[in-house]
Amino acid sequence: MPDTLLKKRGPSLEFIGLSRHYGNVVAVDNISQHIEPGEFIALVGASGSGKSTLLKMVNRLIEPTSGQVEIGGEDVTTHEVHELRRSIGYVFQNIGLFPHMDIAHNIAIGSRIGSRPVLPTGEITELLKLVDLPTEMASRMPDQLSGGQQQRVGVARALSTKPGLMLMDEPFGALDPITRENLATSYRALHDRLGLTTIMVTHDMAKALLIADRIWVMSAGKIAADASPAQLLAGGYGDEAESLVAVPRGQAERLLARKADG
Amino acid sequence: MHEWLNNIAPAFQRVPELLAQHLQLSFAALALALLIALPLAVWASRNRHVANVALGFASLVQTIPALALLALFYPLLLALTALFGDLIQPLGFLPSLLALTLYALLPILRNAVTGLNGVDAAIVEAADGVGMTRAQKLRLVEAPLAAPTIMAGIRTAAVWTIGAATLSTTVGQPSLGDLIFAGLQTQNWSLVLAGCLTSAALAIIVDMLLGTIENAIATRRKRRGWTAAALLAGGLVFALAPIGASGDGKDTVIIGSKRFGEQYILAKLIGHRLEDAGYNVRYREGLGSAVMFQAVTNDDVNISIDYAGTVWTNEMDRTDSVPRPEMIDTITRWSRDTYGVNVAGPLGFENTYAFAVRPDDAENLNIKTMDDLARVSPDFVFGTDLEFLERPEWQMVKDAYPLRFKGERAFEPTFMYKALSSRQADVISAFSSDGRIAANNFVVLDDPKGAVPAYDALLMVSPKYANDAEFIATIQPLLNAISVEKMRKANYMVDREDDKKSPAESARWLAGQLENKE
Repeated sequence: MPDTLLKKRGPSLEFIGLSRHYGNVVAVDNISQHIEPGEFIALVGASGSGKSTLLKMVNRLIEPTSGQVEIGGEDVTTHEVHELRRSIGYVFQNIGLFPHMDIAHNIAIGSRIGSRPVLPTGEITELLKLVDLPTEMASRMPDQLSGGQQQRVGVARALSTKPGLMLMDEPFGALDPITRENLATSYRALHDRLGLTTIMVTHDMAKALLIADRIWVMSAGKIAADASPAQLLAGGYGDEAESLVAVPRGQAERLLARKADG
Repeated sequence: MHEWLNNIAPAFQRVPELLAQHLQLSFAALALALLIALPLAVWASRNRHVANVALGFASLVQTIPALALLALFYPLLLALTALFGDLIQPLGFLPSLLALTLYALLPILRNAVTGLNGVDAAIVEAADGVGMTRAQKLRLVEAPLAAPTIMAGIRTAAVWTIGAATLSTTVGQPSLGDLIFAGLQTQNWSLVLAGCLTSAALAIIVDMLLGTIENAIATRRKRRGWTAAALLAGGLVFALAPIGASGDGKDTVIIGSKRFGEQYILAKLIGHRLEDAGYNVRYREGLGSAVMFQAVTNDDVNISIDYAGTVWTNEMDRTDSVPRPEMIDTITRWSRDTYGVNVAGPLGFENTYAFAVRPDDAENLNIKTMDDLARVSPDFVFGTDLEFLERPEWQMVKDAYPLRFKGERAFEPTFMYKALSSRQADVISAFSSDGRIAANNFVVLDDPKGAVPAYDALLMVSPKYANDAEFIATIQPLLNAISVEKMRKANYMVDREDDKKSPAESARWLAGQLENKE
């Protein structure tokens, strides 16, 4: 692993009285939270609980109604919105590779639109290796890749500008279980290796319990629980958290029971 | 059929020159439309109100018939000349360009807005997510992805524009429409065919090249796209090439003609004379009647044949009847004092509105005069040219005779005569100098109340040459030299179906028949 990709360590994050209203609907309700540099936060909760809205207020794809977000102690509105986004990696469920550009150009887009020199071929190769893709993919078009391969490119594209902070909005939601497992595990390894700060929105509680440092359970725009996986599994974090943890726990118990049956 | 084939080759004679003009105009209009529509589409794709207003306006323009849109630009531009002087040319290229540009806006605008709004939301989110500015998003993502849809709109606009450009003939811009209009009026079908085929071929070729570019964009085959673009550019260069060479010399006389056979013949008659005297001559053929007089007052046309009654009613707004010499005298003085236009004098014949019926009806129903016509009018269908029902003369006729027709139908003059003989009309507002009246034995009705004013053909000279003694002397021999019989014969040579002559041939025959009464 080249040093260039290791240098940066993720920033801290601060949500201060953050709210977002849509008319009478409160999507995010006065949230104040802190994230340590290098933490891996999983954001879970039912659909409509405000997870994605909270995430997107970090890179200002959604602007808050009130409150503010600070990255490394600096308000996100300090700089131009496109400057902010270039310093943050963003990966989302629908991937959004540019269909008219080959993989190399998709990965290099960050440097192309920024003031940086064009990304050298060597770095594109490194990024492809980082996400476990063969080098010859560089010249392929997005529609020639499988869904899992496309999302690996999505991650490589997000990492190409060497961000410290990664925002992931159900990044592996549309993939098959095996691919999802592989990608999630290899991304957690990347997170550690590159010293990133990551916020990942996910529906998959089992995955959150397995790879996150800390889990925020969201309910009706509020953080209903904020705990480590071990704490959540031990219980005592409210009904919302219990019902979410109950699913993978029950599955695991039933699986073990079936094995015992055999 | 054989004779018809013989006619086709000479019909294509003027095609290269007109094709070049046609191409220039179409390309210019398309380029201007792109320049306006594309930025507007970007704006509209980001603002629903702009989209509503822009698309609404473009759709509204489409509902105006192209011919009317072209004609409307003349008075508009004329008003602007008061502000900008010679910079604005109210006739010819400018009004055609503006009208065609407006016409081309809708397909480009609509497709571009659809294309830009149709870019996958996930891709737009990704573009935002990686930190593209608005301009970068447009240049790197939205425009390339919308390009196939936008190109499809441009293709539609190109085909429309090339087709509609044939109508620019009516405001004095040479185009392939010259052939079509001249052919329609003189029933020279090979001329019509030459104009239509060339314009259709041009539209198809341009559409194919644009289609190739569209396909090349969609499949990202750059070389093929550039080849097609180069061919298009080459065509444009070819079209522009002759411009510098021909040019509008100071001594080029522009001869105007309206949209019927007699006018084409007389234009050639004048043109031949001027050429023999060493002038360069250009023709602006197929002008609308209303446009013509104003064109002469503005030196957009230097010489034309107009008719006393037309000037009297349409330009001077007179509805009274005065004796013929007094009428011509009044028109001459009025034209000179108001516009500096020199009415050089009458040609010697009259081309008035003559109500004509079929000979069997005339006999069986005993129709000899307009009063008789009024008696049978509830059973009659009235066939007219395209403008008569809107002209003040029709009002004057209706005031004088209680005409109440069963129906009224307007035709191109050529078809008006055919409509009478084929019983689709029972009475027509024929032109008295038209050879087809006599050829069909149609009966012209008397006008005992003198409701229709005199329509002596007058030679009109624009201010530029109004006081040019040498110029006037050159055309002098045409004055009072053409009898109505001779004119009818000349008209019929062009209008008849067999042994048809071109207006130029007919003009040469007529030149040999001048009878100077002076």
